[in-house]
Amino acid sequence: MKWALVGVIVGATVLGDVFQTLGMRRHGEIHDFRPGALGRVAAALSRNWYVIVAIGMMAVSFFTFLTLLSVADLSFAVPATAATFVIETVIAKYFLKERVTWKRWAGAALVACGVALLAL
Amino acid sequence: MTRHLRFKTRVLTLVVVLANVLGNFLMSWGLKHRGAALGASVLEYLTVLLNPWVAAGACVLIVWLLSRMALLSWADLSFVLPVTSIGYVLTAIVGWTLLGEHIGPGRWAGTLLIMGGTALVGSTEVRTTERKGEPVSVGGVR
Repeated sequence: MKWALVGVIVGATVLGDVFQTLGMRRHGEIHDFRPGALGRVAAALSRNWYVIVAIGMMAVSFFTFLTLLSVADLSFAVPATAATFVIETVIAKYFLKERVTWKRWAGAALVACGVALLAL
Repeated sequence: MTRHLRFKTRVLTLVVVLANVLGNFLMSWGLKHRGAALGASVLEYLTVLLNPWVAAGACVLIVWLLSRMALLSWADLSFVLPVTSIGYVLTAIVGWTLLGEHIGPGRWAGTLLIMGGTALVGSTEVRTTERKGEPVSVGGVR
């Protein structure tokens, strides 16, 4: 049960993050953090379909995470979802076309080992 | 420009990490003191959001979401994920100290490996892809 919930969280989080990245790339870098400017950013993002889909996926992930927290310890629930790190690094390289250096791959490997240890 | 980008990346990373840890703690606290596991009913999910601890946690996690989106507007996903995963370590410490959760040597070792991955990737450039109106420099932006 716990690992099935982790699977749903990982899938929804990966999709949410990929769409969120695409949406924010489309929007461009945020330079101005004053309240008025942030309001204009929020208005622009509310019409950005990538961001809308991302928030939908994150909502699925959030409610599944609530369920997981009700049946598992926080110190299990949060780190167990770190599998998203490895999957998203692969997607970042081949789909988002980011330059993933050996340090980023090594970091992904370390996290993968960390996740394996968490399951012991 | 590069120094400014590095500064705002650090500040926003701190906001993302702290909001994530605090939001998860508040939600976990609220759910633990609720007594029963959540079922499949939508109404049950909406009801649980009325719990003040869970509601506060959800508000803090909205701050986490918005600050993370701002960070992703200029930084790579493969950079943002590992540098913000330091929150896993803080979450484990919070779970151990404030929630009284048992964390065995395996989980501590796993958490430490995640921390090592965070440090390694955190030393790479912030951005290696183009943003709207912001071409990437040769060698990325550190």
